[in-house]
Amino acid sequence: MTAERYEMVVGLEVHVQLKTRTKAFCGCSADFGAAPNVNTCPVCLALPGALPVLNEHAVNLATRAALGLGCAVNPISVFARKNYFYPDLPKGYQISQFDQPLATGGSIAIGETSKGADIRVGITRVHMEEDAGKSIHDRYPGATAIDLNRSGVPLIEIVSEPDIRSAAGAGAYLRTLKQILQYLDVSDVSMEEGSLRVDANISVRPPGQVKLGTKTEVKNMNSFSAVERALESEFARQCALIDSGGRVEQQTLLWDGAREVVRPSRSKEGSHDYRYFPEPDLRPLLLDAHWIERVRHELPELPDARRKRLGTDFELAPAEVDQLTASPAIAEYFEAVARASGDGKSSYNWVMGEVSAALRSSGGDIDAFRVRPADLAQLLNLVRDGTISHTAGKRVFARMVETGKPAAQVAADEGLLQVGDDAVIAGWVDQVLVEHPEEAARYLAGERKLQGVLVGLVMRKSGGRADPKRVNQLLTSRAG
Amino acid sequence: MSPDNYSSLRAAEIAVGVRAGNLAPAAVVQASFDRARDIGAGSDNLNILLAADDEASLAEGEAIAERRNTGSDLGLLAGVPVVIKDNIASLGLPTTCGSKILEGYVSPFEATVVARLRAHGALVVAKTNMDEFAMGSSTENSAYGPARNPIDVRCVPGGSSGGSAAAVAAGITPIALGSETGGSVRQPAAFCGVVGVKPTYGRVSRYGLVAFASSLDQIGVIGRTVDDAALGLEAIAGFDPHDSTSSDADVPIYRMSALGVAAPEARNPDTQALRLGRSAVPLPPPPHARTLEGIVIGKPKEYFPDSLDPSVRDLCERSLDRFRAMGATVRDVSLARSPLAIPVYYIIAPAEASSNLARFDGVRYGLRVDSPLGLKGMYEETRSRGFGPEVTRRVLLGTYVLSAGYYDAYYRKAQAVRSLIADDFRAVFASGVNAIFTPTTPTPAFHIGAISDPYEMYLNDIFTVTANLAGVPAMSVPIGRVRHLPVGGQIIAGHFDEYTMFRVGYALEAALGADAHK
Amino acid sequence: MAVTRDDVLHIAELARLGVSSERADELTRELSAILAHMEVLSQVDTSSVALTAGVGAGGTPLRPDAGVAPAMAGILESFAPSMRDGFFIVPRLATHEDAAGIENRA
Repeated sequence: MTAERYEMVVGLEVHVQLKTRTKAFCGCSADFGAAPNVNTCPVCLALPGALPVLNEHAVNLATRAALGLGCAVNPISVFARKNYFYPDLPKGYQISQFDQPLATGGSIAIGETSKGADIRVGITRVHMEEDAGKSIHDRYPGATAIDLNRSGVPLIEIVSEPDIRSAAGAGAYLRTLKQILQYLDVSDVSMEEGSLRVDANISVRPPGQVKLGTKTEVKNMNSFSAVERALESEFARQCALIDSGGRVEQQTLLWDGAREVVRPSRSKEGSHDYRYFPEPDLRPLLLDAHWIERVRHELPELPDARRKRLGTDFELAPAEVDQLTASPAIAEYFEAVARASGDGKSSYNWVMGEVSAALRSSGGDIDAFRVRPADLAQLLNLVRDGTISHTAGKRVFARMVETGKPAAQVAADEGLLQVGDDAVIAGWVDQVLVEHPEEAARYLAGERKLQGVLVGLVMRKSGGRADPKRVNQLLTSRAG
Repeated sequence: MSPDNYSSLRAAEIAVGVRAGNLAPAAVVQASFDRARDIGAGSDNLNILLAADDEASLAEGEAIAERRNTGSDLGLLAGVPVVIKDNIASLGLPTTCGSKILEGYVSPFEATVVARLRAHGALVVAKTNMDEFAMGSSTENSAYGPARNPIDVRCVPGGSSGGSAAAVAAGITPIALGSETGGSVRQPAAFCGVVGVKPTYGRVSRYGLVAFASSLDQIGVIGRTVDDAALGLEAIAGFDPHDSTSSDADVPIYRMSALGVAAPEARNPDTQALRLGRSAVPLPPPPHARTLEGIVIGKPKEYFPDSLDPSVRDLCERSLDRFRAMGATVRDVSLARSPLAIPVYYIIAPAEASSNLARFDGVRYGLRVDSPLGLKGMYEETRSRGFGPEVTRRVLLGTYVLSAGYYDAYYRKAQAVRSLIADDFRAVFASGVNAIFTPTTPTPAFHIGAISDPYEMYLNDIFTVTANLAGVPAMSVPIGRVRHLPVGGQIIAGHFDEYTMFRVGYALEAALGADAHK
Repeated sequence: MAVTRDDVLHIAELARLGVSSERADELTRELSAILAHMEVLSQVDTSSVALTAGVGAGGTPLRPDAGVAPAMAGILESFAPSMRDGFFIVPRLATHEDAAGIENRA
């Protein structure tokens, strides 16, 4: 197997669109979806004489992201021009950062070794830049249509160290990174909407060799799983190439998702000479040490810390905590329910069970979910103290989702308050035994495994109102 | 008061007359048109002006009169006609940069300086001819034909702001806007016998100035007299939120420097009245033995080489004598790294230009030349046909010095030497020198077509380019003539100290009197 | 360093300037002659110049994430060479240009 004779070495470059109202260097709206070229002005159209002025909030968000990824934020960073011609790049250069980036030297943990140590991936740098516009090639025959609404939208580029050793590792890195950025609330991080984009650098070497092999760059992946598949494919290609006595050539490859292969881009070698130089229209970005510390101080709790805290506070298993913290909004919802109900385990069951199912079926967002944490906590309390049964609880929940009414009111309206009266329950038990003579005979003859079936039938007959504990006791006593 | 003697009126006199109701702005504008016609400013003669809209300017003049009738503040330049270099964006008139690639292009927004001129009541009457994208020292590199020097039509007016300097020299307007990257205001001002000011980098907003080399570019003012230039600069200077490199340093009332007193406190209410033209700045007394008392003028030896034209040297010495006669001390100083300025400049400026001119690609505005070779063919056809030979040469030079393998040897090295050149200036000013005096150019205006070697043409900037590299303010003042051709003397001051520069300029102009033009 | 004809063709390609064969020869000579004057800089000791030279002017100003873009007098159609349905229109990109575009994508 090639995988045993060669080791995959991967570094990723991730571009993330920052959540600002306006563009990086002008006051145009950064929103998606407007009619073509509506969100443009002299600056982002690169009209003669227009000049850039940096968006303060973009600096805040980029700094927050850099600190959240464990980077040191540089007190002086410098914008630079990256020069190349493309019709959706209006100035003929992109304002980016080059040899003096915003931040350097971070790392994130993407998992644990079998011995419980963190597997970390280094973050080489985080820098600020602007996006280009959009070229549409399939709209008009023989022509390309240019929309500059996206031109000048603020981005950060996050460059990892070549610390990733597998396609799965790349997937883990990307999912972890996305989660951290969601917690930091700096971006929508949606690959579908283009607010997160990934390029991969990959090389192979024999295990134990320190020197890196010649790398290729793979672009054009539109999902995390496409990144994983593209890396597997390119890894296999490089291994086979070396095995057959060939040498890997440094080049850029494009992932063809339809055919599941990488293919070389046809641009001429040596045609990439970006002629970077410091952007003379902007002075250096100077960030005061106190200001950086204040941003650090205001960072929200990050996924790692939240996982540890929720695990300890609510006595949950690591796998359960991972589920709850996948999205910051779910984690916050859970924590509010758990604090109000005082029952972490039930809160976990309900949030990952009923709540998630309801959100899946409605396609809604938890922030807009009708059942607020306090309402769900009340429902949990009604179930726990036996006011309603667990089964009835689910029906109450369904009605709460529909109506938005509090749990107690729904339970009362629906007549779901639990019945603990033995005489009534005994009536239901007897009825069930009469209506199902065969099962009754076998049960009474000692076939105890039928008890569950019978309890279910009684519960159904009671419309969920019977206290299941009493039903069990009464059935057991009937069996003698 | 009628504008019969229009061509000899200072801007301040026009503004005072208009504010007082003694001059009708429309009549002033008409006088400017008449002068342009009489002197032959059009393309068939001096070729100074590229575009004008007489109807619109007359209507603006009427609007100023209307503003006066309603009692509104008219501003420092009430009713003063001005011309604008064609690389400064203006509404209503094309902004072509003297290039075919922008032929007919009308900017949908206006440069901050033009908006400020209009807010001060100035009337934009024309756009002026220039070297294409400001690349040149003679205005021969215009796609619309060379401009001629009104003092001697066989000669160039200098460049790249040649049209602006020539318009002022020809008496078409008392004030013109130009732009500087390496001397493009001061050199043509010297060649045409008028005053040219390049402010401190950051003093005037570049928003709306079509960029040549962003770290060097600065809009400048050309005036018939020092006072015209000072008034013009007051109107346009100051912080602009649209230009990240503009400075928020206070703008003094430069005209007060003529009195030889310190700049008045900016927040003083009297100062505000002076600033807005509500009260008149007192007239300076005639020059006397104490006019420049306490002022130290530095004479840098690197700017007076043995090879300097002896007639130019003599005129400079005469000016230095006048400084001494007004109580100034003249001190020999050294700006040792200045001789490196031309190589430094001709690396940095083309490098930035190669990037700044990438936006002229035929996609969104300006010339597009289609090609059977698709998009890349369209780019190449558009740019090679749209740009003239000097622009092409500099874009290629700039691309070369930034390209892989050459960046450190050229661009990075040039930036480091640039910083040493600036250190020299800082050291001289820190040593107690208030202003530096040099010739503006090594020679007076040359004949059209006389210089064909690019590098020889570049040497025209040899004395001016250092101020752009160091970012300090500098001005050229007429100091006499060699044969019949004007010669300029250059006054350089420390960062944001235009006030001292003007003080010395006012004094020199007054001390030379009619000698300045003979 | 003398500029070669290949250098000129390479930078002309980078700068998207069509240069004829004849003009390439002229430009090779012209650029070499100009660059020969720049050689003097290599003799200058710049070891004392700090990397942060120029920072003295202060940091770049920041604008609030709000407000409106500078208004434009007139519509894009008034100056654009070719527009359709609000899009700027350019000749269809050839395949290799397409690929280069994706590579250049930030």
